Amino acid sequence: MERIPILRMGRFLLVTIQVDMHDQLALTLQDDLTERIVADRAKGVLIDISSLDVVDSFIGRMISNIAGMSRVLDAQTVVVGMRPAVAITLVELGLDLAGVRTALNVEKGMALLQNSTVA
Amino acid sequence: MKASERNPLVEVLRKHEADILADWLKEQARIGTRGDAAQDKELRNVSREFLASVNEGLRDGDVEGSGPSWARAREILFALSASRATQGYSPSETATFVFSLKQPVFARLRSEITDASALAEAFWATTLLIDRLGLFTTEAYQKTREEVISRQQRELLELSTPVVELWKDILALPLIGTLDSSRTQVVMESLLEKIVASGASIAIIDITGVPTVDTLVAQHLMKTVAAARLMGADCIISGIRPQIAQTIVHLGVDLSQVTTKASLADAFLVALARTGSRIEGNVQAEAA
Repeated sequence: MERIPILRMGRFLLVTIQVDMHDQLALTLQDDLTERIVADRAKGVLIDISSLDVVDSFIGRMISNIAGMSRVLDAQTVVVGMRPAVAITLVELGLDLAGVRTALNVEKGMALLQNSTVA
Repeated sequence: MKASERNPLVEVLRKHEADILADWLKEQARIGTRGDAAQDKELRNVSREFLASVNEGLRDGDVEGSGPSWARAREILFALSASRATQGYSPSETATFVFSLKQPVFARLRSEITDASALAEAFWATTLLIDRLGLFTTEAYQKTREEVISRQQRELLELSTPVVELWKDILALPLIGTLDSSRTQVVMESLLEKIVASGASIAIIDITGVPTVDTLVAQHLMKTVAAARLMGADCIISGIRPQIAQTIVHLGVDLSQVTTKASLADAFLVALARTGSRIEGNVQAEAA
């Protein structure tokens, strides 16, 4: 079965979504990611969606959910690399991903995670 | 029956095409042409072509000026109106091109037809035809002008939404004019594109030039802020005038999620502090 790989970088987990997101894949990712956060005792999750050019309300809510779950498991979530069209779509759908931190690219997202978990 | 009635016009035009053209050009010169020799030459060519196309249109006995045989004449008129509209001629000047044809045609009709009632009939038919062509000219003129206006509107839309880079990682978006949905769309897109291109982490939206802020405009602003945040850029709204601050509170618009500053200068200092840059000199000292 198709899966989205979850990479470990020190205390953080890196998820790069490079395929078309469909609902089942999103649900699998939720399962895998929560398992990995617990298993690796990760302090932060970085989700790179720079290859994602289509989003719907389900995917938007899923990203929100993942952030919520990670927070409960004491890991910060940063969503990076959102495309302008995707951002506009999400705003028009009324999903402003409140509570999810964002950054322009992986580099900035990493810096954000480093800064916020040091303290 | 009808064809034979209207024949005089057709025949007169065919027989005296050259004379009518000469008279018409004189008439146009009398009314007054603007421009130089090159333009006069151009006008002569257009006039000759147009008269030929009128003859062509009349060939089938169609004096209505609307049938398929008139396609060429309409084409010439449309091109003429279009070029005159862009050159800044007035609609009357443009329509006069066609209307000035009346005088020479009437003169020829008068010398050709002796019978009074037949002459009246021919006059009437000619008037109808030329009026119709004149109206067509005006319509074409207007159409071209409308195209110009809509193009300018589009350009204005783009011109009025510049995104400027103030400093490393700091963008400014000075908004001028009222924000409506289509405008917001353009603003949002250009801001987000610029965020990607420049890698900026802070955007200052300056609304000094926005005349009024109502709930709809506020909603559009919040949408822009939310979209920028999704891209990882913080927004600061600046340039809020005292009246607008009052309006915002009276309307119950919630701007608590956004940093707001009274002036662009203040917003810029906040942005500098957040990005960790600083300007040496008195500016920072005064602000602190």
